Formats: sequence, structure tokens, C-alpha cells
Amino acid sequence: MTAREEILGRIRSALSTVDKAEIVVSRDYQQAIEGDLVGLFAERVADYRAAVVRTTADTVPEAIAEQLAHFGIGSVVTPADLPADWVPQAVTDAPPLDVPALDAADGVVTACAVGIAETGTIVLDAGPGQSRRALTLVPDFHLCVVRTDQIVGTVPEAIARLDGTRPLTWISGPSATSDIELNRVEGVHGPRTLVVLIVG
Amino acid sequence: MTGTWLGMPPFPVAAREALGNEQLRTNLRKATGTIRGKRAAVVDERADWEALRVAGKEIKDRTLHNLDTYLEQLERKVTESGGVVHWARDAAEANRIVIDLVRAAEADEVVKVKSMATQEIELNEALAEAGIAAYETDLAELIVQLGHDRPSHILVPAIHRNRSEIRDIFLREMPGVTAALTDDPAELAAAARAHLRRKFLTAKVAVSGANFAVADSGTLVVVESEGNGRMCLTLPEVLISVVGIEKLVPTWQDLEVMLQLLPRSSTGERMNPYTSTWTGVTPGDGPQEFHLILLDNGRTGALADDIGRQALRCIRCSACLNVCPVYERTGGHAYGSVYPGPIGAILTPQLRGVTADEVSPTLPFASTLCGACYEVCPVLIDIPQALVHLRAKAVDAKRGKPSAERTAMRVAQWVFGSSRRLRLAQRLVSIGGRVLGRRGRIGRLPGPFKGWSGARDTATPPRQTFRTWWESR
Ligand code: SF4
Repeated sequence: MTAREEILGRIRSALSTVDKAEIVVSRDYQQAIEGDLVGLFAERVADYRAAVVRTTADTVPEAIAEQLAHFGIGSVVTPADLPADWVPQAVTDAPPLDVPALDAADGVVTACAVGIAETGTIVLDAGPGQSRRALTLVPDFHLCVVRTDQIVGTVPEAIARLDGTRPLTWISGPSATSDIELNRVEGVHGPRTLVVLIVG
Repeated sequence: MTGTWLGMPPFPVAAREALGNEQLRTNLRKATGTIRGKRAAVVDERADWEALRVAGKEIKDRTLHNLDTYLEQLERKVTESGGVVHWARDAAEANRIVIDLVRAAEADEVVKVKSMATQEIELNEALAEAGIAAYETDLAELIVQLGHDRPSHILVPAIHRNRSEIRDIFLREMPGVTAALTDDPAELAAAARAHLRRKFLTAKVAVSGANFAVADSGTLVVVESEGNGRMCLTLPEVLISVVGIEKLVPTWQDLEVMLQLLPRSSTGERMNPYTSTWTGVTPGDGPQEFHLILLDNGRTGALADDIGRQALRCIRCSACLNVCPVYERTGGHAYGSVYPGPIGAILTPQLRGVTADEVSPTLPFASTLCGACYEVCPVLIDIPQALVHLRAKAVDAKRGKPSAERTAMRVAQWVFGSSRRLRLAQRLVSIGGRVLGRRGRIGRLPGPFKGWSGARDTATPPRQTFRTWWESR
């Protein structure tokens, strides 16, 4: 007998006395929240010690340039389909950059798919302006542009908007560890600096 | 201390030893107290916390009651998305599959993201025997690995170590580290970053576990903080995930519950810094070869037990460890298992079999039955009920015939099953306690209660129970 057959067989006999009617999951927890979602999002992202900056649609390039200068970021990589005027000097990820090239870059600038106000989370789904996962992982600085219409209130609202079969990265603040006497230290292996630029 | 759990003394012996270690108790008290406070704050923020817990319980019960169906669905989805699914009856089989896959990739080292399942099967030891080096990449796991130590907590495996001990371990074991390294946590973290960076950028094969696997989409989920998880899940060519068969949730929507319950219960955060999800392979993005190993290793045994089954709902948040008065005093090593604390006390004996070794039958007794673990559990596992049930089983197995101790456990089980009976029993105990107690303590009890009372001083039951006090207010 294969391991598969044997395990499935063990499960079936373990459940022989169990009522197999599907249990209905009660979903009377909070589904959505109202109010100033953008304000809440900004506050919760900042709570994680990420930098939060707000700007308008026509001043995105200037706002990005200002942040790059502020953090001393010289070499920048971007997804190939990021609006070209956002970071004119960037090296684009087309053809895909190899790992040493990503490692040599100071920072990365991307868009995102969804922002979650309640938890201060940005979600990347490899969609427009985001490229593949390695791009936002290897460089030590990540600036992420979030449009206000991408911000939802809650995790259930985000889950409803996202496609589970795409590779997703949920980011809440910069990389952090609390493994040494529970002291929070920012930046272990992921980007040590996260800047969230809210547009709109 | 050796790297494996084999030959560990049973809980009462290990606990007595641990109780003598002042440093350990100080480290633990400080750490569990801090996490308890953080958890309480973010849980209080949610007026719907109880509704989330109920949903969490129902999602996992729905999974367990139809586990065969959901596993087949997951297998189909992962396969359709370009992944390969393997099944492993036990630890040896799972380890063999991993070793074969690493060899097929022509690699002699792997990077690992913290995984309870791979600790449970002692994969690192099996890989080492096969000549394959495994690098733990989670900072706490790295501290444990370099210290030739064992993890002592589900979430913070090096919780028993303080900064100066960690500095000493790095100085001794980490190539390139000099005496200039201080015990500042930021500096220690930076040393770990530098140590692992090259490994991440060059490793060909990664091994992970998963926090959840979604049956209807075929998606795997890893929740973490440091980015070491993202590194392992993204950069290597080959990804091997070892996942217990109970880790499923039926639908993509179910994650909305789990991703709210888990971070709040475990690290006391609204959301952990990083959550990664992937479904099979994505051309041009991440590993181009993905293997999912579905692990039984005793889980189907637990599934067959009507009361014990609920332990399989566990999402490994570790909240029950942080509130447990026994864990806080003895630490995780005393449990002789990768799953310490209250959940370990009910899960380990079921996975291994109550009578499999010396340690397992003692674990259900490693509790005061105070109920704090049940209060915090995000998926409503009634750990005290399961403890009492397993105590009866352990005693049955030992005696093979009715005994006073077994009868006592049977009665306890019956008593805990109803609040009216519990109230009555508490009144009786309070009367009995006044007769029994000397100097406010019950020491060793005679006869069949010896095993139960030998490792603990039992406080004399109070004259008034909390309930009678409450009602008389
Ligand atoms: S038993 Fe409950 S509280 Fe304990 S680790 Fe599992 S889910 Fe968390």
C-alpha cells in the first residue's frame, strides 16, 4: 500500500464515528470598518516604525526623490512596469536582474495591490508595478507606493480582494526580530527600512 | 545538553532539575510576562475576539471532520499548479523523502525556515547523517542550533537564553565574529544577518514548514517576522515544505480568521511583519520546483480520539505556554518534546502514543488544571479536559486494571464535563482539604496518589471556592 492510501485509510477509519456533515462556520466577526481608513492606515503603518509620507498624484516623482535623498539611497531598482517618471534613474527589472545585482542595489521602489488599515499592512501580489518577490526582498530599502483607493479597512476585505493563487507578500513594517530578550530589533534579513508613500 | 529529545527524563525529574536553575526562571518570567501583556492589549482591542475564536474553532473542526476530502483537494490543487505532493507515514519516511530530493538537486546544504514539523521529525539530524548541512535561519533557531541546544518555546525557541549567553555562543560558534561583538541585541542581530546573507543568496534548496495550507486554492502560508522566511521561500531553486496533515483550512476565505487570530495570540501584534503565500510554482518568480510533504507521524492516532482530537486544531501560537504557571517555572526543556507547555502536554503523548516511552505518560500530569490555557487559546482547545482524559488513559495503560488513581481521573473527567458537578465537587474538595492539609500544603500523598503528588506540593484547597465567593457577594 502506498503511504497516500495508508494515511487516507487511517483518516477514514479514525473518522468512522464522526458526523461528516460540513460544519457551517459562523462569520459574525467584524467584516468591514468605516471612517477615516487612510488616516488609520497611516497611523498603524507608522506604529511599526515604518516611515509614512502622504502626497498627491501629480507629485509622486518629487516625493519619491525626496525620500531617496533623505535615506541616502543612490542605486535604485524598479519593476519594469512602474510608471517611468517615478524614478527616472532606476535600473528596471527587465530582463530580470540576477541576485548579485539586486544585492548591489541600495533600494527598491514598487507599487502594491492592497493596503489594510486595521493592521497597517501592505500586500504585494506580483501585479502591476510590483514585479517578482525577490525584488522587494534583497535590497535593504523598500519604498512602496499605496494609492488611497487600494486601502481597505480589514483583513476580511483584503482577503476578498486578493487572488490566493498569486504569490503574495504581506508586509507590516520593516523586517524585525524579538528573539533576544524580546527586544525589538529592526532589520534582520528583509529590508531594514520601509517607506510607505500614500498617494491621493 | 544534546540536540535530540531521545532519552529525556520524564517530566517530574526534568522539572525538578529545571526548578533549581535561577537564571532560566528569571529569563522565562520576564519573557512570558512581556508577551502576556502585549497579547492582552491587542486582544482587548477587538470587541469581536470571541466571535473570531468560535470561527477559528469551527474552521479547524470542519477541516478535521473531513480531512480526507480536503487533503485530496489540496493535493489536486498543488499538483495542478506545478507542485509535487508526497505523503509520509512517519518521521523516517518524511526524512527519507527530503534527503532524496536534496540529493536529486545535487545539493549538500539547505537553508531552513523555522518549522515545528521538521523539528518533530528531527530532520536536521537525519540530514547531517546523510552528509547534508542544514542551516537554521530564524535568529532564535540559529541561537539554539549554534548552542547545540534544544528549542524551549514554540515562538521564541531561545527564550531561555539571555543576551550575554547569546553573545558567548556567537563568539564561540560563528565564523568571523571577534571579541569586539557586544551583547547589544541590534549588534547580535546584525552578526546573524551577516552570517546568513551569503547562504541565502547562494542556497539551492530550502526547507520550510507552513502555518496553513488552503484546500480550495492549493495555497501554502508562512507567517514570520525577520524575512528569513521570505529569503528561503523566494531565492532557492527548489523548495521543500514539510507540513502536518492537520494544517489545512478548507477555503481561501478562512485565512481571514486565522491571520487575525495567530499574530495577536502569538507575538501580540496586530499583524506579523511578513506573511508569504504561494501556490505551486510561479514561472519567473520564486523556486521553480516545489515539493509538499504531507506528514502523518501520529496525527491520525490523535484524530481517532474524540476528546484528544481537538489538539489538532492547534495553530501553534504559543499563547498557552505564556500563561501556564507550570511552564513558567520549568521551561520548555522539561517537557522532553518539541511541543512544550500545555499544548505539548496533550499533543506529544497523542502523537507518540501514551505509552510509547518514559516521558509521554508523565506529560498529562504537567499541569495544575488552572484553565488559563483554555482562556487564551484562539481556537478554543479545552486543554484541561484533554489533560484529564489523557491522564485516565495513561493510568489505564500502566495498570491495565481499575485503580484508585484511574477512578479519580475518571471522576475528574466527569466532573469537568459539567459546571454544576464542578461546583459541587469544589465544595467537597474544600471540606476534604481542611482535613488533609498540614501547614497549608499537601505534600506527598500515600498509595495510588503518590505518582501524582510526588512532584508537586499541592496547595490546600481554599475554604471557599471562587464560585461560592462570587455568588455570596
Ligand atoms: S493550544 Fe491553543 S493556545 Fe496553545 S499553541 Fe495551540 S492554538 Fe495556541
